[in-house]
Amino acid sequence: MESTTEQPRNISGSMQSPRSPSSQPYLSVSVTDPVKLGNGVQAYISYRVITKTNLPDYQGPEKIVIRRYSDFVWLRDRLFEKYKGIFIPPLPEKSAVEKFRFSAEFIEMRRAALDIFVNRIALHPELQHSEDLRTFLQADEETMDRFRFQETGIFKKPADLMQMFRDVQSKVSDAVLGKEKPVEETTADYEKLKHYIFELENHLAEAQKHAYRLVKRHRELGQSLLDFGKAVKLLGACEGEPTGKAFSDLGTKSELLSIKLQKEAQQVLMNFEEPLKDYVRYVQSIKATIAERGTAFKQHCELAETTKLKEINLDKLMLTRSDKVGEAEIEYREIKAESEEATRRFERIVKRMEEEIVRFQEQKTEEMGVAFHQFAKGQARLANSVADAWRSLLPKLEASSTV
Amino acid sequence: MMGSENADGFEETNLNATKEDMENLDLGVDGDDDPLKKSDVNGDTSNSGYRSAMSTLSNVGDPLSPPPTVMIPADSDPLLAPSSYEDFRSSFSSKPISSDNSYIEPPSYADVIFSPFDENSDSEINGADDSSLHSQFSDSLSRSPSSSSSDYIKITVSNPQKEQETSNSIVGGNTYITYQITTRTNLPDFGGPSEFSVRRRFRDVVTLADRLAESYRGFCIPPRPDKSVVESQVMQKQEFVEQRRVALEKYLRRLSAHPVIRNSDELKVFLQVQGKLPLPMSTDVASRMLDGAVKLPKQLFGEGGASAVPVHEVVQPARGGRDLLRLFKELRQSVSNDWGGSKPPVVEEDKEFLEKKEKMHDLEQQIINASQQAESLVKAQQDMGETMGELGLAFIKLTKFETEEAAYNSQRTRANDMKNLATAAVKASRFYRELNSQTVKHLDTLHEYLGMMMAVQGAFADRSSALLTVQTLLSELPSLQTRVEKLEAASSKVFGGDKSRIRKIEELKETIKFTEDAKNVAIREYERIKENNRSEVERLDRERRADFMNMMKGFVVNQVGYAEKMGNVWAKVAEETSQYDREKQNS
Repeated sequence: MESTTEQPRNISGSMQSPRSPSSQPYLSVSVTDPVKLGNGVQAYISYRVITKTNLPDYQGPEKIVIRRYSDFVWLRDRLFEKYKGIFIPPLPEKSAVEKFRFSAEFIEMRRAALDIFVNRIALHPELQHSEDLRTFLQADEETMDRFRFQETGIFKKPADLMQMFRDVQSKVSDAVLGKEKPVEETTADYEKLKHYIFELENHLAEAQKHAYRLVKRHRELGQSLLDFGKAVKLLGACEGEPTGKAFSDLGTKSELLSIKLQKEAQQVLMNFEEPLKDYVRYVQSIKATIAERGTAFKQHCELAETTKLKEINLDKLMLTRSDKVGEAEIEYREIKAESEEATRRFERIVKRMEEEIVRFQEQKTEEMGVAFHQFAKGQARLANSVADAWRSLLPKLEASSTV
Repeated sequence: MMGSENADGFEETNLNATKEDMENLDLGVDGDDDPLKKSDVNGDTSNSGYRSAMSTLSNVGDPLSPPPTVMIPADSDPLLAPSSYEDFRSSFSSKPISSDNSYIEPPSYADVIFSPFDENSDSEINGADDSSLHSQFSDSLSRSPSSSSSDYIKITVSNPQKEQETSNSIVGGNTYITYQITTRTNLPDFGGPSEFSVRRRFRDVVTLADRLAESYRGFCIPPRPDKSVVESQVMQKQEFVEQRRVALEKYLRRLSAHPVIRNSDELKVFLQVQGKLPLPMSTDVASRMLDGAVKLPKQLFGEGGASAVPVHEVVQPARGGRDLLRLFKELRQSVSNDWGGSKPPVVEEDKEFLEKKEKMHDLEQQIINASQQAESLVKAQQDMGETMGELGLAFIKLTKFETEEAAYNSQRTRANDMKNLATAAVKASRFYRELNSQTVKHLDTLHEYLGMMMAVQGAFADRSSALLTVQTLLSELPSLQTRVEKLEAASSKVFGGDKSRIRKIEELKETIKFTEDAKNVAIREYERIKENNRSEVERLDRERRADFMNMMKGFVVNQVGYAEKMGNVWAKVAEETSQYDREKQNS
């Protein structure tokens, strides 16, 4: 079931500047307060999701619910199913390993990512009207659990099952129709887009890899400064004055800078590496949409083919005044309706994607710009701290060495 | 003590390229200029070459064949310039690590202008300015203002060649390597300003070291390069020879930096006398192993016959197997001195000395530790630079990609933002690497002093062995006395004297006199060595402290300079992306 999206009104959200007058519709969401619940293997984190809105479909000016990661997954999957053609905002990875460690930094990063996720949905002109979003933001925990369980029960998700059937179906019809190659769109523009997306993922993944390593390098440099500082202090203790004092001061500065480096490492991780990772995830989401479009295209083609065949068959029967005409006519009409529906679906995806691409590019330019700016500021700040710290030693060193 | 040299303008040229490249940093994404000729800024990400560059005294190998000319023309790809890891290694070790005073020598740190892309400051940072700014000479350092800066002696080791031993055997002689040793000096001892060369093999160096050890007991003599028997078998020939060449140069420079040893006959002969040096005396492994063995005339063993060996030989430690009996005697003595321990042969009662020794040991430990941490620090800086460079490259690729595929203006904007970031990252990467090559030079002072600690140990060992000699001789006397007394007592009982006994008594009395003389000589020697110890240690302490201060200063100035440069680069990007500053815009 796809919701018709005719509402033109754009709801402002928490990510836009809150200068809009209160009569304007707004929907502002935040994901906060991560709390670790449960024990051992079954431990998980719950978040408070706070919704502030004046929309009629929502309850009250403010509503708070408790959600966990799999609830977010549910929302994402539902949106993916219902809003084909739209680039559904990506989720942070499930990460089975880090779950056990649940460090404070990991928790904070995940919270931030989930917050961005929900807000992107709330800001999206179509997605923000989704019923599933409403459920996610408003339903009480029990209801939410029930919904979620339906989706992630022992059986595969309905979406997956449908996909499997469709795949089988298309393989069969391929064989019937004597086709060996899968049917694909071949318009130049779309080819270009696909190529672009696939290449982009590679480039981004590489950049993200190096960004992650850079975080590690910061940590390593910090550690070595700490060790160096300690060693130098010990050495100073063996030497008389003024060398001993100089070493001691040097060691102290080194230790101080070590702390700054660790801090910067965290900043780079959160404000630079994470946005890059998010970018990669986004591109992967687009790839999923591309796959959906491919499926829709194939259906549209196949049903069109089938319809044509049925039409030909019908005409034949009509000519021969067969008594099967009635049946054939019904079949034909059914297939034709399905075919038209498939074509509509496909065309909607195409249209959505066109708009989405523009949005995506603009959004990414903005987000990357912010990330670059923060990264540059952070590095500049770090460099200045380093310069200041070492510079402060110079007068003393200068004085001592002229003795 | 720290010999210094800036071998060539190589580094300077390197920097010229760097500077121009930075100014020309245009990724040329619009044109056909492909900024990505090389897929990786850092050719070799292994740090094995780096480690060898950073490690101990004798171990500075440059596996690249000399001379590595990495002169990148200014109009080639700006992003390639001296940014490969191999460039770093070669640029660093082509000026061998013995050129260890290229750290900053400007009159005051404030005069070193650390504005970005300032060529002068670049040169100063790298110490590559060959003009008068830096002292290139071994002992005219700011730390020893008393030494006249016009005295100099500069030694270079170069041009290794294979030579054949002339041999009478049918099979033919072994081959060995000789090195050309060139000395440039104006010291009067060498006959005024002159330059001369000789060819020597490693064995000659060993001999030199041994002779110096004999002549300069109690002095802190720089340790010679290892024989590295295992390494010579395992390493590539060329690599090994280069490693040895560098080690030899370092060693000879240190010798020439020592105020006393530089004037020694041994060194002069070594540096000046043409042709082959006489073969070293054969060394007995056993005698080498026993500390404090001293050569005494055979007479002392009662083997009869007046010995032609003069008394002053007492001052020489043992050489050769003929002293074995003596060795055992002294070993017995040392054991009786301390029959618990395996080594300490002497009863050292000088508390001050013991304290000093203890302190030296502590100091050595801390230097080792600090030197290890310095190595880690250098590695971390290295890695940071590499990764920053790789990040920059990845973004350059992205920039190029987005620009080529741009269908929307937002893409072009993003491509531009990325370009700014990438440019900064590549620059920062270069800065890290330049910073690092300087850091290595400064912190290498720690390594140098590890070598000197060995020299101190040697000096202390000389003292101990001299004391052992004294104590051995001292303990000899009473037993000799007793024997004389016994013989006299026995002889007096025989009427008319006992001819054989009387003869024996006379011999013993001669021995006693001889031993007395020897003992006095030994005591004088011991005192002399003690004094050498004292003055050397004092000199060493003074020099070490000054060198460490210089090291710290250089290290710190370096860090400040490059941090400022990096700060500027990133500030520029922050400026260029200021439209994305959300902190300002969020009300």
